[in-house]
Amino acid sequence: MSGFGGFVLRRAAGTVVTLLAISVLIYVVFYATPGNVAQITCGPRCSPEQVHQVALQLRLDDPLYLRYWHFLEGLLAGQDYSTGTSVEHCSAPCLGVSYQSGQQVLDIILTKLPVSLSLVLGAMVLWLVLGVGTGVLSAWRRGRLSERLLTVVTLAGWATPVFVLGLVLMIVVCGELQLLPFPEYVKFGDDPEQWAWNLLLPWLSLALIEAAAFARLTRAAMLETLAEDHIRTFRAYGVGERAIVARHALRGALAPVIALNANNVGSAVGGAVLTETLFGLPGIGQELVHAVKVVDLPVVVGMVLVVGFFVVIANAVADVLYAVADRRVVLA
Amino acid sequence: MSQALAASPAAGTDTPVPAASGARQFWRRLRTQRAALVAAAVVALLVLVALAAPLLTALEGQDPTTYHPSLVDSARGGVPIGSLGGASADHWLGVEPQTGRDLFARLVYGARVSLGVALAATVIQVAIGVAVGVGSALGNRWVDQLLSRATDIIVALPLMVMSLALLAIVPSSFPRPVLVTLVIGLIAWGNIAKIVRAQTLALKDLDYVSAARLSGWGVLRIARRELLPGLAAPVITYAALLVPTNISAEAALSFLGVGVKPPTPSWGQMLTAADVWYQAAPQYLLLPAGALFVTVLALTVLGDGVRTALDPRAASRLRIGTGRKNEGADSATDKPVHGHKDTGPNSDDRGATA
Repeated sequence: MSGFGGFVLRRAAGTVVTLLAISVLIYVVFYATPGNVAQITCGPRCSPEQVHQVALQLRLDDPLYLRYWHFLEGLLAGQDYSTGTSVEHCSAPCLGVSYQSGQQVLDIILTKLPVSLSLVLGAMVLWLVLGVGTGVLSAWRRGRLSERLLTVVTLAGWATPVFVLGLVLMIVVCGELQLLPFPEYVKFGDDPEQWAWNLLLPWLSLALIEAAAFARLTRAAMLETLAEDHIRTFRAYGVGERAIVARHALRGALAPVIALNANNVGSAVGGAVLTETLFGLPGIGQELVHAVKVVDLPVVVGMVLVVGFFVVIANAVADVLYAVADRRVVLA
Repeated sequence: MSQALAASPAAGTDTPVPAASGARQFWRRLRTQRAALVAAAVVALLVLVALAAPLLTALEGQDPTTYHPSLVDSARGGVPIGSLGGASADHWLGVEPQTGRDLFARLVYGARVSLGVALAATVIQVAIGVAVGVGSALGNRWVDQLLSRATDIIVALPLMVMSLALLAIVPSSFPRPVLVTLVIGLIAWGNIAKIVRAQTLALKDLDYVSAARLSGWGVLRIARRELLPGLAAPVITYAALLVPTNISAEAALSFLGVGVKPPTPSWGQMLTAADVWYQAAPQYLLLPAGALFVTVLALTVLGDGVRTALDPRAASRLRIGTGRKNEGADSATDKPVHGHKDTGPNSDDRGATA
């Protein structure tokens, strides 16, 4: 167990280093650009006095490493923001203040988070079930017509951009057939049933696309396992094909599926941005697109930080899960 | 080329072939895959359309940016006049709602943007990925640590979110297609760097590389003359699969309204407003959507075909069971060329089979 504990500790330490490095990178990319940083941060409609205020807040006269330290301090310990007339405290983790809306970036993200989580987590359940299910089915029915069919469908899903599928689904299901109303986000707490109905199409759009990758991976991993010696031994002992596929070959696919799910967090977040924009769901993705369009830099930077951290932590957790699923990893 | 193909032995008799005939072997293996050939034809056609866009639109007598306000019904919000979205002998595929711009011209010029951005971004990704991967594998411990950490960080940052953010801070005077190319190219090189690092680590202990090192060759010369040829297969494989990903990325950014902006046409951007018009002008939605689908599908199938042709071991893995014959037998005869995604000691097992 000590080997496993040590592995988790090493992985955690590595994660902390990566998170710090990401914060440095993001700070340098967005706050050390050659342009007028205070002006960009404050937004296009700021008066010279406001821009001056922002320059003081960002400590633009200090050397770069001190400015970054100040930024990190805000992130870890909180910071006071002067709005000109009053001073507002932004408690840790302080991601800054949007000068365009006057809101704290963390608050903006927290109000939008439930929508994005509803979308991504719901879709994740769907894409794991659909993807792994399709992969298992096509490994089991290998060489038959149904497998060819599944392969073609999977490839089509793999090649379709999520916003194209979502657009077509929305037009066919909501517009032409009128089976569902055009999606409009309802809070889970208000009405769970309406919440699910309204998220059904966004879930499907995101999940069908992501499922394709899992179907391909599961199929490949299972075929690999099925070719191994111990499976031949099972066959020789007279174990049924169904039991071999369901019980033994599937285990071989488990670890790669976990790894892919973690690697896919980034692409899923990207898919969520597109899905939210397409269906008009008021989540983080839609807010990010809005912030980019109006050049609300503190919001953009805050969201990139949060998403980057989220992806890194998800990957670290997946590594640990991977090690649980396949203990050989710890030894490597 | 056709002579080379005709002269090559029949498919299916996989015997080890000297590295010199690698290209010929590649074509022979690609040729046996029907789907990949069809995809290659489609891709060739798309490239041709993109290159000949000015010619095609001259043939039609239109251009992608001229407004035709007389062709849309301003009283009904800008719906194209006439059936089929205003399709006619002058406007082969109809006109855009509201502006009346020619849809055919926008579609073929959109192919230029789509393929141009994707290919140029792929070149950037491959250049950075190979440089970082080789440098990381050949450098000392600290260089390796530094470059590997940098790669980890780049891999962690989601392409979509990061490119959105970068597009926010660049002044709008910067030419958009170039900007989108740079952003995609500079963000998504992490995976190719990992693959190249793993493959280089496996290659650098082989005898012919050691021989070059012991003859006193410099690192750069060894990298160029001895390592890059061995890296070609995995790099080409991965690059072939990057192109469709980059096409989707450009389309997605333009769809969100932060990528390629009007008047420059782009398929993703055409879809932004398409859902409002699908009843009056369905082709406004269906054409760019179909173009994107066909392009990404063809490039993906072609990429799969390239991988199969370059990495028969992976291909035979996937084929296991379909034929139910000598499982995995042909994998032993071919040299593994495809680096595993996971770095580290497992990738060194290559030496055992070589």
